[in-house]
Amino acid sequence: MNAVFKNRWLAILLLLPTLVVLGLFLYYPALETLRLSLYRANFIFQTEAFVGLEQFRTLLGDPAYYQSLIQTVIFCGLVVGLGLAFGLGLAVLVGEPIAGAGVYRALLLYPYALSPAIAGTLWLFMFNPEVGVVNNLLCELFQAAPRWLDNPFYAFGLVVAASVWKNLGYNLAFYVAALQNVPKELLEAAALDGANPWQRFRHVTLPLLSPITFFLVFVNLAYAIFDTFSLVDILTKGGPVLGQTGVTTFLIYRVYLDGFENFQTGLAAAQAVLMLAMVGGLTALQFRLGRRVNYGG
Amino acid sequence: MAAKTGSNPRASGVLTLSRSSKLAQLLIVHALLILAVMVVCFPLFFALVKATQTGGQVNSANLMPGNALWKNLEAAWTGANLSVYIRNTFVVAVGITLCKVVLSTLAAMVLVYFRIPAKGLLFAFILLTLMLPTDLLVVALFDLVNRLGWANTYPALILPFAASATGTFLLRQHFMNIPSSLLDAARIDGAGPFRFLLSVLVPLSWNTLGALTLIQFIYSWDQYLWPLIIIRDASHQVVQVGLKSLIGQAGSTDWGMVMAGTLITILPPLVVFTLLQRQFSQGFVLSESK
Repeated sequence: MNAVFKNRWLAILLLLPTLVVLGLFLYYPALETLRLSLYRANFIFQTEAFVGLEQFRTLLGDPAYYQSLIQTVIFCGLVVGLGLAFGLGLAVLVGEPIAGAGVYRALLLYPYALSPAIAGTLWLFMFNPEVGVVNNLLCELFQAAPRWLDNPFYAFGLVVAASVWKNLGYNLAFYVAALQNVPKELLEAAALDGANPWQRFRHVTLPLLSPITFFLVFVNLAYAIFDTFSLVDILTKGGPVLGQTGVTTFLIYRVYLDGFENFQTGLAAAQAVLMLAMVGGLTALQFRLGRRVNYGG
Repeated sequence: MAAKTGSNPRASGVLTLSRSSKLAQLLIVHALLILAVMVVCFPLFFALVKATQTGGQVNSANLMPGNALWKNLEAAWTGANLSVYIRNTFVVAVGITLCKVVLSTLAAMVLVYFRIPAKGLLFAFILLTLMLPTDLLVVALFDLVNRLGWANTYPALILPFAASATGTFLLRQHFMNIPSSLLDAARIDGAGPFRFLLSVLVPLSWNTLGALTLIQFIYSWDQYLWPLIIIRDASHQVVQVGLKSLIGQAGSTDWGMVMAGTLITILPPLVVFTLLQRQFSQGFVLSESK
């Protein structure tokens, strides 16, 4: 496509708002975060003292920080793995030529319109130990009333389940659309060669879905790392404590706690820098692997 | 499809099902889907029912609709300040969405249709911000916005999110895929950039613009971490953080009122989602998988 317009000043004028907003509110804070990570700083007292890499040493020598890191990795693995598995499974079922497929699809899609904060609120009430519907039923049936949010394992499981539930509609929407684009001729050809439905799914459909799966892995990863913050803040507030720290105190929650509850501005900035490096690593991985994904078909 | 392949003599085994096992398969698919719908929809069904019940019923296992819906809605809307939170969120979400869609359309148009120096560099500058999520910059952003004197104001919630690398990228891809034959007409007519934008580009981009509007509106409506930090004044707070104050202290929560509040909060994104669902699947999914 050849460029059509040559008015250079107009071009700059139209591009400028985007460049200014991104520069002022993303690039500048990023550089400032980098700088603050080298200072022991506090917003409240307006104090700053240069400490070099000391805060990074503190973090990397802190077992609680490692625990948060490991918890975040496990959480991300579960949210991505379960989210994609359920999304694809349901997309296959909804894609069957059956009566009412459209109704099923619409009902399964709606959690996408909910915010993680609302998901957290609904689950907080459902699993409330005294008045929640889950314990009301368990009490009547088995005389049991687990304290869901005080037990580290239950609490972690609830946060995983609520996060997967909230993102199901998104994964489903993408897989439903991708399944419709799988060429019927390929499946028929495989059937003629004697492939059974499972073999056709495993060796024809799944490879053809790999670009969308690849895309969804990274979208779900970003969701698990960042967007679940509000769900955690409402449902568990990072707790309950297991070992060195709260079992649902994931990396982003730790940045918030240190930055805005403990007022250790510099330490929070250092954590943000480490997380930026991780995000950078994941993005690089995405580009590297992206070249190898099967886009054929 | 099964019928087509089933009629072929060479297709054997699982495909040439007898009538009864085909029926069984159909029943299994329906059973699985009904189970999935029950599990997935239960939390919302539960919220709907509980929002209609009175205090005593709300805290029991009772799942029959009550008659206190109006009372609960009123308690949330006026009693718990939800009307203020919703108004603020509307201002912020519409503001962000409008800015993002307009600015990324203009930026994408420049990147595709204008002859400017260092175009690749400018595009890289925009695209690289995808690696700088605001959630990680809140510490420094908090400092900046406070120094600008914007704490507890709408600009603090809107302006940091006014531009969109995703939007610029998607629209740039879309513009580059518009067949040049459609553009020649405009060129021959000698249309200026704005005429070209409004009478050629925008009409050809409804799906992409609709998809972008949908994802940005829902993204802005769901904002949580940043408002939690920068807004300390309840009269400017947004609804996602406001929900936290509805829940209040554990033990003394009026859950019927909270459930009514969540229903109100769900409604706007649900309406936008329903209106733009077709554009979402056509404009966004297709361009993403390309």
